[in-house]
Amino acid sequence: MYPKQEVVAMLLAGGQGSRLGVLTQKLAKPAVPFGGKYRIIDFPLSNCVNSGIEAVGVLTQYQPLVLNEYIGSGQPWDLDSMNSGVRILSPYQQVKGADWYKGTANAIYHNINYIDRYNPDYVVILSGDHIYKMDYSKMVAAHKANNADCTIAVIDVPLAEASRFGIMNTNPDGSIYEFEEKPAHPKSTNASMGIYVFSWDKLRKYLIEDEDTEGSEHDFGKDVLPKMLDDGCRMFAYSFEGYWKDVGTIDSLWESNMDLLDPNVPLDLSDESWKIYSRNPVVPPQYIADGATVQNSLIADGCDISGSVDFSVLFSNVVVKPGAVVQDSIIMPGSVIEEGAVVQYAIVSENTVIGKNAVIGARPETIEDKDQWGIAVIGDNLSIGANAVVPPKAMISKDIEEVQ
Amino acid sequence: MRGNNVMGIIFSNLHEELISELTELRTTGAVPYGGRYRLIDFPLSNMVNSGINKIGVLTKSNFQSLIDHLGTGKAWDLSRQRDGLFILPPFMDPSDYANRIKTFNSIMPFLKNSKEEYVAISDCDTVCNIDYQAVFSKHLENNADITLVYQRGTLPEKLHDPTVLSFDPKSKVIDVLVDPKIEGSCNYYMNMMLIKRELLIELVNKCIGKNTMNFKRDIIQAEYKNLNVYGYEFKGFAPVITSMKEYFDANMALMDSAVRADLFNGSRPIYTKVRDDMPTKYGLGSSVRNSLIGNGCSIEGDVENCILFKGVHIGKGTKVSNCVIMQDTVIGSGCELSYVIVDKDVQIRDDKTLAGQPSYPVYIRKLSVV
Repeated sequence: MYPKQEVVAMLLAGGQGSRLGVLTQKLAKPAVPFGGKYRIIDFPLSNCVNSGIEAVGVLTQYQPLVLNEYIGSGQPWDLDSMNSGVRILSPYQQVKGADWYKGTANAIYHNINYIDRYNPDYVVILSGDHIYKMDYSKMVAAHKANNADCTIAVIDVPLAEASRFGIMNTNPDGSIYEFEEKPAHPKSTNASMGIYVFSWDKLRKYLIEDEDTEGSEHDFGKDVLPKMLDDGCRMFAYSFEGYWKDVGTIDSLWESNMDLLDPNVPLDLSDESWKIYSRNPVVPPQYIADGATVQNSLIADGCDISGSVDFSVLFSNVVVKPGAVVQDSIIMPGSVIEEGAVVQYAIVSENTVIGKNAVIGARPETIEDKDQWGIAVIGDNLSIGANAVVPPKAMISKDIEEVQ
Repeated sequence: MRGNNVMGIIFSNLHEELISELTELRTTGAVPYGGRYRLIDFPLSNMVNSGINKIGVLTKSNFQSLIDHLGTGKAWDLSRQRDGLFILPPFMDPSDYANRIKTFNSIMPFLKNSKEEYVAISDCDTVCNIDYQAVFSKHLENNADITLVYQRGTLPEKLHDPTVLSFDPKSKVIDVLVDPKIEGSCNYYMNMMLIKRELLIELVNKCIGKNTMNFKRDIIQAEYKNLNVYGYEFKGFAPVITSMKEYFDANMALMDSAVRADLFNGSRPIYTKVRDDMPTKYGLGSSVRNSLIGNGCSIEGDVENCILFKGVHIGKGTKVSNCVIMQDTVIGSGCELSYVIVDKDVQIRDDKTLAGQPSYPVYIRKLSVV
């Protein structure tokens, strides 16, 4: 018998994140490194713990090795309790056959048993690709106060961008009367953040119904939520104010990392009252050599910097050799920037070596045709030869030979 | 490979009087070092990396910060179902731990109930990365009763009861001098040894019976002729922290990349309690040169030849050079510090100037406000 949990969180972490290209070739999107020492999933996991949620199911499907290993027992997030904590929930074989998770709702449907054993009143559905700090307990409190069946977190987005999101149109009391998925002419700017609170008895019923519905894609946004609205369920929007960013694209991932360097962006990772926890590598402190210049950057333990680093985020054990320049870039763990190499507006994945005098990416002001410009991305465990040039916007997944 | 028939014993309190400023509020083992470590991390990690699974930490007094640091031993993989970390404070009276022999005598049940055939013994005041597995192999090869780890060099100043060893060509000890007047290079004992557990029990019992209480004189010096005692030379970086000056120099030595490569050997990492700070933030206009810096710092000023522990803040326009600044210390703007050792949680308000000398660094106490 498991002790009752009032709230159980289900974290959808099975997505491939194909728009991140080489960065998600070997790992699921929630495991992508972020902010000099974190992985994206640290944010929702830490939010859960800080919100007092003790039972978190993580639904994995695509390339789960790194993610499984990273979450491990859940100890870094204090999610290793005896009867609760974090559980990895992967697709499994059943008496009637085996199947992958067919959609977000189907993934939860397959884990009804996991949720049921805690006998929760509410289930929070989260996704593993957003950077934000949010107190889910406040959202659950609003859900209770509204006597709602479903509460959807929304954030006010600029009108110009509203057509990229799912828009929630609400009555003055906050109840939702209409969803519009990526509307050409949005009626409001309340964009769904992909965070839902459901009363478990209601959701349970709808998941079972949806499973038997012909033609359903078993997706929350496309199937379950519209059905609930049609049936007249009590659905409310919950407005979130603060920093929130979907890091599903190279540009947004880069921007969100750079936001950490901007003192005006309200995402403070040093705030002890809402700490973002992570697994820490065993490495010595960072060493900044004589002759190095480091400005406006985030640098993690184990780095060895002899070159110049500006407006950049460096993960653990990165080496920047003398005369190398790293600007406006993200360098993931263990990568080496050799002498004289210049890395600008780029993301370099783990354990890659950028050879001597190689040039990666370029500053936007040096490119005439702005359509040709973008963040250059180098995959993991690659070797970019000396003097090689990688143009902006390129995505490199293979070694590049030295140029004579 | 884990579990090699060796258990570990670490003395965390010895020779505190030599660095009395730093040990006023903590044991020697809990003295911060190298930007993120405590001195005990080195013997603990060395033992764990050598396959030792069972480690007793002896601590006499002032051990709150040590116990807080060690916790369950998780950070060293010593929170285990079988064996693991044993913190051994005095049962009733700190005088039980007045010297090494009395200390061993008061942990007799722990020694007797252990199953390991050998004991590795270490103090906390030498910083090094040593492979005890190699010492153990030599010990077996020599069919030794005791193997003493030593360094070759001039005796560190103020070393407590320095023990100088002479060997035959096969490294067998043929002479032991305790506290000799000696100049120039010699082989001095590093207070690290490997001994058969049963033999340790026997020798301690013998000393208790005769009321001879000096481990070096009454065991090593008195017994080496009757036993197979061998030496093992350690050639790596291994400063002994015998004074504030040595402490300062041992920190500054980390600016040498060869020293870092030796001490922070990637295949034998040094573990420590994790605080999970964010990466360090370097502000616009900050300037950092030749410095070792922990996570969670925010630097807006000018830092040169410094060790900054985690969570240190250096304000705008502040110049810090040749300093060791411990965790969570906040230095305001417009300050100037050189040759200063600043302990934990100190606040240095704006526009202060503090200066020591290379031979005599100034020390600022934990939790002070300047």
